[in-house]
Amino acid sequence: MPDYLRDPADRRPPLSPAAIVARLGGIGVVLLCSTAAFAYTGGWFSPGRLTPQRMIAGFEATNGPHPGFRRNHAKGVCATGWFESDGKAVSLSKAMLFASGRVPVVARIAFAGGMPFIPDEPATVRSLALRFLPQNGEEWRTGMINIPVFPFLNAQEFYDQMIASLPDKMSGKPDPAKMEAFVAAHPAFLPAIGIIKTRAVSSGFANTTYNSINTFRFINAAGDVTQVKWSAVPVQPFVAASDAPPVVGKNGLFDALIAEVAKKPVQWRLMVTVGQPTDTTNPTLLWPSDRQQIDAGTVSLDHLASEDGGPCINVNYDPTVLPSGIEPSDDPLLSTRSATYSRSFTLRENERSEKPPSAVTPQEVAAGGKS
Amino acid sequence: MTNHQRFSASSRLLHWVMAVLVLAMLFIGVGMVTSVSQRYHLLLAIHRPLGIAILILVVIRVINRLIYKPPPLPASLPPIQRLAATASHLLLYALMFAMPLIGWGMLSAGGYPIILFGPWALPPILPQNPALYAVLRESHTVLAYLLFLTFLAHLGAALFHGLIRRDGVLESMASVSTKS
Repeated sequence: MPDYLRDPADRRPPLSPAAIVARLGGIGVVLLCSTAAFAYTGGWFSPGRLTPQRMIAGFEATNGPHPGFRRNHAKGVCATGWFESDGKAVSLSKAMLFASGRVPVVARIAFAGGMPFIPDEPATVRSLALRFLPQNGEEWRTGMINIPVFPFLNAQEFYDQMIASLPDKMSGKPDPAKMEAFVAAHPAFLPAIGIIKTRAVSSGFANTTYNSINTFRFINAAGDVTQVKWSAVPVQPFVAASDAPPVVGKNGLFDALIAEVAKKPVQWRLMVTVGQPTDTTNPTLLWPSDRQQIDAGTVSLDHLASEDGGPCINVNYDPTVLPSGIEPSDDPLLSTRSATYSRSFTLRENERSEKPPSAVTPQEVAAGGKS
Repeated sequence: MTNHQRFSASSRLLHWVMAVLVLAMLFIGVGMVTSVSQRYHLLLAIHRPLGIAILILVVIRVINRLIYKPPPLPASLPPIQRLAATASHLLLYALMFAMPLIGWGMLSAGGYPIILFGPWALPPILPQNPALYAVLRESHTVLAYLLFLTFLAHLGAALFHGLIRRDGVLESMASVSTKS
């Protein structure tokens, strides 16, 4: 028997060819099982599993390919400013940024949806994303939208609705039967849409309230846990979209914001809603309206910039990037957002060289919002 | 059966602890990146500190290896198998060292805070840069698959030594007794 099969120093009787084949077969089975377990964990045997890749494919099917852009909240601008707190939220969270003082903020203001060149409309859902940079390095990132609840309970519902809304290949329009089937299968959807439709639609980015939607947990220095949601409530007075002059130009709302910030900083109060332990983490439902609200501080944004070359383009506003003192709740959408944003971030950072200029260019910002 | 030398007790301990951790890490990683459920956040929270633990252990392990020389391979082992053993071990060490560093570097280049537990975080080791982030993120995936393949080769070879060639190589690492 050759040396590669048998150690000449082995004094036991040599293995028969059949025994060698059987043992090699056994080794093969072990390796195959290991590979199968790895592949199973990676979802190779579960084609129906919802992965970040499939979520992104859903966005791309809905919006078309837009290399270099965020797959959701694609049209936006960067802003910088600060958060100033007088320490009222310290009783709820030990996060350093809630202590009295100022913390730098890098923000992004955008429209929800994956269309980077969609014409500005007040009815389109708007978002405010904030990155707080306290001195101790414990960052807080939050993305909020200006609707009171989310119409989907979890990733699967979000994905199913995207697929149900895709235009039919023959007619070029969404198939109403598919949407009806989605609504029938997802009883949380219509009540949530009902709540969303009751909101007063404001005229611009600066005079609307942005909500965390998802529930989080605040932990204070004593270790007490409180369920919370938060909202950025504008200091700028509310003006209904219906009472405002019509939007001029494709970037009309952004242009108005640029002009506003050029005059004075735009500000929001960060209002923390204190939940009871019995309050649901279901993002399609509102909490009772009598819940206590704490004014945690004021966000002021005094400088706007185009995304291109701006301070927010390389920021993934992952809502699970949290300082100690804030934790995610059991709302499954937080993981969904984190996983999907991460995939979107990797794709767009990889596509940077192919990225066309953003809708709001540095020139447009420099010209004071004249497109 | 031939009576070969065994690895030192510290080498065996490091090997088996790291075997469990690295294998767990590969499964956590591949499960994490294909999940959008609550599992994602949990797995990610384990992935970062576990990766740094592996980085620390691999440094200890290299020092340990310089102190305690591994037992020689059987003299009768053909040169091609000897070469395969040396090369695959070098590759395993390189990947165990590179994967945590790439993960750390990729979070740095992506502008993320590198949180281990609660307030415990690591400083960035690279400047924030989109192209660098993209390259490192893709490398992290490709090298993870390569590490899994190298693990399969390592496992297959160990079993081949133990069940077919019966040359004491498997026993030099896989014996529990502390007596040498």
